[in-house]
Parts: sequence; structure tokens; C-alpha cells
Amino acid sequence: MTLKDVKEILEADVLVGNDQMGKPVKTAFAADLMSDVLAFAKPDSLLLTGLTNPQVVRTADILDITAIIMVRGKKPSEETVKLAEELKIPILSTRYILFETSGRLHARGITGCIEKVGGEM
Amino acid sequence: MGEALNFERSFDVEGGSFQNAGTVSGQIKAILKDLGVSTDIVRRVAIICYESEINIVSYAKRGTITLAVTDEAVKIETKDEGPGIPDIELAMKEGYSTASAAVREMGFGAGMGLANMKKYSDHLIITSELGVGTCVKMMVMNFQKILHPDLPPITL
Amino acid sequence: MQLDEVIRTLGLAVSCAGSSLGREVKGGYVGDLLSDVMANSKEGDLWITRQVHQNIVAVASLKDLAGIVLIQGSEPAPDTAAKANAEGIPILVTDLPAFEIVGRIYKLIHP
Repeated sequence: MTLKDVKEILEADVLVGNDQMGKPVKTAFAADLMSDVLAFAKPDSLLLTGLTNPQVVRTADILDITAIIMVRGKKPSEETVKLAEELKIPILSTRYILFETSGRLHARGITGCIEKVGGEM
Repeated sequence: MGEALNFERSFDVEGGSFQNAGTVSGQIKAILKDLGVSTDIVRRVAIICYESEINIVSYAKRGTITLAVTDEAVKIETKDEGPGIPDIELAMKEGYSTASAAVREMGFGAGMGLANMKKYSDHLIITSELGVGTCVKMMVMNFQKILHPDLPPITL
Repeated sequence: MQLDEVIRTLGLAVSCAGSSLGREVKGGYVGDLLSDVMANSKEGDLWITRQVHQNIVAVASLKDLAGIVLIQGSEPAPDTAAKANAEGIPILVTDLPAFEIVGRIYKLIHP
């Protein structure tokens, strides 16, 4: 699956990174707590979140996340968009809630980027 | 074989400046990549720095993060001018937090920062003085280089 | 689908209020920010979260949610468990991260 497929499945708007829609994705991590993302998310995953502040972009950058999916139709601030453009991290915005967003992507074959907690680095 | 690696730099972090939180971590990540540090270690150090930076921004007036890189290890030392930690053992507990609502709304302050810093480092020492500040020393070891000293430094 | 069927099918562990599992699960909500869950979850939703403090019980109770699923091996804090048992709010636990457990719950309620 590519980001373009993700965009279609979620009927999402691409806010940043229109030129990166060919990127492949296989895994995702859903959370509102950035420390949780830092603790468990793996590189090259999608980050699904209800947050829209610049720290989401920072967190994605630190972890080499493929793209950020912002849920519930929330639009990030200009500052968040600017930072994502600077760091080349795609942001997609979908109107679906996090439950629906996760459910739809999972049904189409995206898996959680960790199976279980524990024994992880 | 290249020259032995010995790099050190300090960065200032301004307390309360949520807009900029993460910039130092981004710079450190870029430096480590440039030095040829392995992806796994870059990632661990970046996470450690980011949680450290969020801590300084969330709790202290100001602070510094010092990065030191050798062939054997990456060391991160953070020092802040802040309230200090009354009970370090309690603060290390996952889920314990004294963070403000503003910090929580950003997705931090869930009591996982120090736990994450410990999880991703091989050594972590915290010293703190109430009303003065907190110092955290962390080390991520390059065990590959320690076990195989003949490896060129670039494989750190 | 009834909550106890969701629990059985997905192998969730019941941590609190094991006698209140007959409720209908009408949908799901994922969120770690209580203000968001307060504002946007719906009656009968199964709530998936990483938060373990006792305010989650108040939110679930006020919004009349079907239950709470704690992810990534989290356990409810002791006062959370006591309150959940007292108010009959089921708390279930799983080792899986949110995305994975949500995917499975979603499939069950949208076959």
C-alpha cells in the first residue's frame, strides 16, 4: 500500500507532502500520547493521532515516521504545517475518528507496528 | 582505519519555550548521522534527547544538553535550573507526573519521560537538588565496537 | 454485539467489574485525552486508551460507555480499579497496541 491508497481509504486531504504519495506503508501506530509513540512506534510507520501541535511533527521526525494522519478533521496550525514542510514529513487530514481510521486501515491490511509490548528495544 | 572519534558539544534549552522544544534533539540527530553513528543508536539517543528537552521545557527555567560521542559510547548530560525532583524513585515510576495541563495537551506529561529515557539508555544517573535543579547523565553504549575493537570507527 | 462476546472472541482479560459485561457495544472510541473523549465519544462505545488514572472511570460513567480497554499491558491504578468496581464500569486489558486491538474490534462490529 502507498500513501496515495491511504489517502483514498481515509478520504483524506494532503496538507503536506503531496510529492511523497508514492511512499509505501505497511504498519501504523495510533496514540495521543507522544511519549507512548516514542516508547513503542517503529520507523517507517504511519502515526495516527488526534493531536495537531508541532510536537507531533517533532516526534515523527525523531522516529523516522513515514506520515502523520490527523483525525477528526482537525487542522494543524500554520506553524505545524511549516515545520512538517521543513522536515519533509507528510501530513494527511481525515474526518474519521481515530477508531474508524484505525479500523479502516487495519481492514485493508495495515498492521500494528508492534505486536505486543515487552521484550522490545 | 579512521581516527578515533571524540566529539562534544553543548546546547542551550530555554524553559517554557514549547514552540522550540525538539530543535536541539533534531540537531543532535543530524550530527550523529553525519558522524556515521549507526541508525539504531541515533534513534535511541534522539528519543533520549527529545524526552530530556521536553522535561527542561516543561519544568525548568533553562538548561543545557551536552552531547559527547566516542567510538565506545554516546553520552548525554542534561543540567537544568529548575525546581528539582523531591523523590527520584517516585518520579521514575511510569505514570507518575506533575505536569501542567498545557504539557498534557501536547501529548506529554503522562509520566513516561524518565521511563523512556531509562528504557533507551544503557546507563542513567539522576541527581537533583530542590530549588536548584536536576542533572541527568545517560549513556548509550556501542557494544559492537567494545566487543570488536578492530572495527573502524564509522561503524559505531 | 454484547461486550462479553467481544471479550471472548478477542481474548481480552477482565480486570474490573466482571459482573457488568452484558452491555451492547455500539461502536468504539480511541483516545488518550480525556477532554476529547468527553466531547466526542458516544453512548455504548467501547473506549480504547492508555490512560490508567481514576478519571477514566468518571468519563466512562458520564458518557455511558460500554467499557474501557487498556492497551499495551497497562493495568488500572488501584484507585481506578476500586472506582470501576464500585460503579460497574468494565475495565479490560490487552497487551496489544491501540491500532492492532482497534482493528480487531472494528472487524467484529463491522463484519
